[in-house]
Parts: sequence; structure tokens; C-alpha cells
Amino acid sequence: MKTKLMTALVAAVMAAGPAMADLKIVDTSYRTGPYGANGIPFSDGYQDYFTLLNERDGGIGGEMINLVECETGYNTEKGVECYEATKGDGSLVYQPLSTGITYQLIPKVSSDKIPLHTMGYGRTSAKNGKVFEWVFNYPANYWDGASHAITHILEQNGGDISDKSIALVYHNSAYGKEPIRTLEGLAEKHGYDLTLLPVDHPGQEQKSQWLQIRRESPDYVIMWGWGVMNQVAIQEAVNIRFPMENFIGIWWSGSENDVKAAGDRANGYKALTFHNIGLNYPVYDDIQTHVVETGKAAGAGDQIGSVLYNRGMYAAMLAAEAIKTAQEIHGTAAITPEMMRDGMENLEMTEEKMAGLGLPGFGPEFKVTCENHGGNGFGAVSQWDAEAGEFKLITEYFQSDEEILGPLIEADSEAYAAENGIEMRCQ
Amino acid sequence: MPEQFIWGMEVFLNGLMAGVLYALVALGFVLIFKASGIFNFAQGVLALFAALTLVGIMEGRVPFAHLINATFGTEIHHFGWHVPALLAILLTMVVMVVLAWAVNQFIFRHLVGQEPIILFMATIGLAYFLEGFGDMMWGSDIKKLDVGLPQGVNSVIDEVTYNIFGYGFFIDNLDLWATLVAALLVVALVIFAQFSKHGRAMRAVADDHQAALSVGISLKFIWVMVWSLAGFVALVAGIMWGTKSGVQFSLSLIALKALPVLMLGGFTSIPGAIVGGLIIGVGEKLFEFTIGAPYLGGATEIWFAYVLALVFLVFRPQGLFGEKIIERV
Repeated sequence: MKTKLMTALVAAVMAAGPAMADLKIVDTSYRTGPYGANGIPFSDGYQDYFTLLNERDGGIGGEMINLVECETGYNTEKGVECYEATKGDGSLVYQPLSTGITYQLIPKVSSDKIPLHTMGYGRTSAKNGKVFEWVFNYPANYWDGASHAITHILEQNGGDISDKSIALVYHNSAYGKEPIRTLEGLAEKHGYDLTLLPVDHPGQEQKSQWLQIRRESPDYVIMWGWGVMNQVAIQEAVNIRFPMENFIGIWWSGSENDVKAAGDRANGYKALTFHNIGLNYPVYDDIQTHVVETGKAAGAGDQIGSVLYNRGMYAAMLAAEAIKTAQEIHGTAAITPEMMRDGMENLEMTEEKMAGLGLPGFGPEFKVTCENHGGNGFGAVSQWDAEAGEFKLITEYFQSDEEILGPLIEADSEAYAAENGIEMRCQ
Repeated sequence: MPEQFIWGMEVFLNGLMAGVLYALVALGFVLIFKASGIFNFAQGVLALFAALTLVGIMEGRVPFAHLINATFGTEIHHFGWHVPALLAILLTMVVMVVLAWAVNQFIFRHLVGQEPIILFMATIGLAYFLEGFGDMMWGSDIKKLDVGLPQGVNSVIDEVTYNIFGYGFFIDNLDLWATLVAALLVVALVIFAQFSKHGRAMRAVADDHQAALSVGISLKFIWVMVWSLAGFVALVAGIMWGTKSGVQFSLSLIALKALPVLMLGGFTSIPGAIVGGLIIGVGEKLFEFTIGAPYLGGATEIWFAYVLALVFLVFRPQGLFGEKIIERV
């Protein structure tokens, strides 16, 4: 009996062998709940890119990608459950698309030695690789975004905004409060007047905030919203006839979903971005051929080319490139999460590389190092063209104000290191 | 006149308008609670489902298209027609009546005589089911809802107040419409409840199920009727809120705005829902304007609404217009 049991056990382990060698990626998606409309296109883009690599290239470096989807509903507890349920199977990286989940996972991934990539969200000071060994937030973070908005306003005003007033309408949460320190620091530097207007979750009722904006007539409004807060804010801005070209949203307030409710009147609304927009890239032909037409698309195929689909695809592409880098460094295709971390820390995205992937000019060039887990802080501004029904990039990629952000990131990350007894790396 | 006072008047008027929108949601809760003693947790989701169905019908969307396409490998999404808003509203009403029938036939018929907490738990289940069902039926994307209601600043009020105060008040046209519709709705509901045969039967059921049954009133019919009415109120609320933000799954969260209104106005009074809504709307907006934004950093409206409701509860637990429960030994 014992021999039979052992034989069965060995057979099971052998059968499981190839599957364990797969490159496991967990898509912590949210297709349900109040934020599902945003979670769906992101997840579709994320999954379709990995499906493309499996179908077209036979995976990465000869290893197939084993993609596992776990629904979080944008709920922090469920996100942590997803992490706990899947971390033991060799998941290479987590990209939770939620600042709340990110904050919960930072201490966990550090002890479990699994990398976390929070692209354009999460804890900004995780850019400091000397403190946050397992966390990455390239190519841009919230503070970069705040700086991008101010740089854009500076450019529009000939470099002098000392007589201007700017209002920040923000989601009253850790996420929404992220840019405040940066905007205050930049206000000291440039002399503009800053008004803070928090909006409570979920943000369906914003009359008080927009009446205040109407009374005080700030020159610019910057928005840090997500979900229904974005749609209502844009509608209220239209209602009070706020000039849309002076209304700038962070990248999480800049998808087609956000301007849909306001219709044509949202024309001219601006949003920041750290990647390009639209369908005009050769990779989409491949996705059409190898993924959509073969019936392997993650969704209905109707989200392809939308802002959030592109962002999901970009997140997957950066993970795939980090896997390739890790495979090169360690000389093996079957990498572990620790090896993946090395790949991420040595990732370099060049224009040549992106063009080779069928994504020329899709994102800024950047290089990750031991000290810098956040890239070079480049971003751009997009604008909603209601007639064409799409956002269009209206600037080149430009860098955030490192003079202001550098010390802020240093101070915040060092305080975190002191609180948690973390020894500095990269010495 | 001091600037702050003029602005305060504008905030007061906008608070009244916001209150009407809260009251629209609260009305649905009151109707069902009044007739059946059920606190309907699913009322917010009913508003969402009604608005989703309305947009789906107006745009000629194929229900369950994603499911059909995934099962049969087809690529159908639209019927190719557009239904006028009024007809679509009527058709949505039919759907809401069918839903009311189904809810009673498959859930509450089997729970007659159960404890209120059991009925409440059933509505929680219903809420989650309906949310998922609506998602499967019409998709999760954000849908623009345009039934022809005007939006944006009312230029007449803007101009008149500018001539008087030197500052033009902002009143949203949509809010004015919501006020008009809510007023008509309340008058119609009160007339129905007081003077129609079915309205009196509804009140009899609300007073005492057993006594109503003993005089030949059909509990089943009354419950279906009340859930249909609540569905109609949910549709109106869904149209008003959905026009502002687009129809999306956050719409179900509007129920949160109704709870302090119910605590204040009472769970059994239709005028209470309206007056409660107005008090909450004005109270939260004026508090934010005078204290919240200048001294507390803003975003005080949600918690202040509950504080206001709690203060009323302490002095009048049944709410302003609720029926006082007297238990005789």
C-alpha cells in the first residue's frame, strides 16, 4: 500500500513538474463592483498581452506564461486574500492596481521576497530602492504626476504662475492625498495659491466643492479621482462652465469612461499619462491575429486601444521585459520571484526595444537601478477630443521636478526605514 | 448684503435640491417598509438595475450579449434600433413590474411571517444577485443616459439673482427637474395611498397583515404592487442620478445617501422622506460651507448627515414623521 502511495505521489509531482516551471503571473483584477468599468479594460489589456506572447512566441524564452486571474473587486481585504492564496505557487510579480492593496502588500512582499510593481500608483517613496528592495513603481509615480501638471501649467503661462490659483479636487483617501505634499512644495517654489477640496468616497455628490470652485474661480483645477468621482467632477465642471482646457486630471482620471457621461461638453479636458494612447501600433495587429481572431481575448475585444486597455498592456509588457532581463542575468528561462526582482532592478526600456516590440514611442525611456526603482519620472499630457471620441497626446514626454521630489522621496522613505528597522541597500 | 450671506443662500438652495435627490432614493425604502416591514437593502441596486435596463432598451442593446456570444461564438451586441426615451421608460416599468412579481414569487412568498432580520437578509442576497444579474444582462461599462433632461446652470435664476445681489446663483437645471418630478411623485403617491382602493388596501396591509388577509385583501397582490411602485421610484432616482454620473455600478451606492434621510424622516412616512431629505441636504451643505470647509478641511457632508440624523433619533426615535410604536401589555 505504502509503495503504491509513494508511486502515486511521485507521479503527481512529476506531472506537476512542467506546470511549476511555467512563468506564473497573477492578474489581481476587478471586473465587478463600482470600479469594474475601469478594471475590465486594464485586465483585458494585461491578459491579452501575455496571451499574445504565449500564442505568437511560445511564451518568454521558451517558457509558457501561466496566467491566473484573481478577482479583488478593488477591495483591499480581497486583494490580500488573492495574494495569500497565490503567492506560494511561484508567482513572479504582483501588480494589484490599487493603492490600498499596495500598502497592505508592501510589508508582506518584503518578507516573502516577491516583487511588487505599482505603475503610477501605490507608495510614491517606494521609488527609493535603497529602502524598498521588493517594490518598484516605474515609470512614474503620483508625485511625478503632480509635478507634470504644474510643469504643464507653467509652460502655458510663460514660466510664471506666481499670480495663479490652483484647486486640487481629490478623493478623500490615502490615494487622493498623495499629491498634496508635492503641490505644496511646488507652490512654495512657484508662488501659486493652492486650495484643497476633498471629496468623500464614492464621490457621487460634489455640489459643495464645485460651488466653491465657482465662487473662488481658480485658474486651474487638478483632479485626483477614481471611478464615479471622475465622471461627476467632469459633469459638474461642465455645469459651472469651468474652462475644460484648465482642468487636468491625474492618469487615473483620464480614460474614456471618465468623459463619457458629460458627452461633447467634456471636449478639451486634459489628463496626464505615462504611456501613449490609441491603436496605431504594430502590436495591435498581432493581438488581433493571435488573440482576438483565435477567440482567446480576455474580454469581448471591444476595449482594445482604450486608455486603460493600453495601460494594462503596458503593465504586462514591462513585466515581460523584466522576465527577459531576469532570464538573461541568471541564464535560465525558469526564473524564480527573486530572479524576477533582479530583472526588474536591471530593466532598461529604450526606444529601440519598444519599437522591436511593436510599440514605438509607446512609453518614455527609462532605466531602473538599485537606488532608483521609479524610473526617470517622465510623463505627458493628453486631451479629450469629443468629436473624434478619443484622448490625444498633446505634449512630448517631459520630466518631473526632481529638485522638489528628490528630497521628499528621500525623507519619506528614510522615515519608513527608521520605523521598520530597514538597513539601507546599494551602499 | 454681506458676500458670505449671499453665498450661504446659494448653498441653502443647492442643499434643498440635493435633498430632493436623496429623498427620491429614500421614498423607495419607505414604500416597501410601510407595506411589508421589510428594510429593502436592495433599493439602491433596484435604481441601478432600472437605469441599466432603461439605457439598454433605449440603445437597443441585446441583453446577455456577452453570454450569448461566448456560448454560441456569435458577435451580436445591438438590435440596431433606438427607442425613444418615453417609450423606453414605459418598457422599463414593465420590466420592473415583472421583477417585482419575481421577487415576491421566488423569495418573499416563502418568507411570510418570518422575523424582520430574515427578510432583511433576504434583501441583501437580492441586492448582490441583482447587481450580478444586471452586469450579465447589460455589461459593466459606463453608459451615458440622456432622456432629454436639461443640465447645467439655470440662466434665468443666474440672471435674476445677479440683478438682485450682484452675484448669479448656480442652480442646476437637472436639480430643478428632479424637484418637480419628486413633488409630482409624492403628490401622486399620497393621493394613491389615501384615496384609491389599492392604496387603502396597501395601508391596511401595513397596519396588520393578518387583519388585512381576514377581510380578503390579497397580500401577494399588494406586495407585488408595492415592489412595483418602489421599482418605479427607483427608476426615477436612477434617471436623475444616472444622468449626472452615467449609469454605472456605483449607482447602487446612492442608497447610502438615503439612510440618514430615513433615520430622520421615519421609515413609514412619505412626506417624512421628503422633509428628511431636505433637512439632510440643507444641513450637510450649510455645515460644509460654514464649518467643514473653512475649519475642518472639508469632506464633512457624509458623516455630518449621520450626526444630524442621530441627533434627531435621540429626541425622536421613530423619526420626525414616523409612527410611534406603542406596545401594550
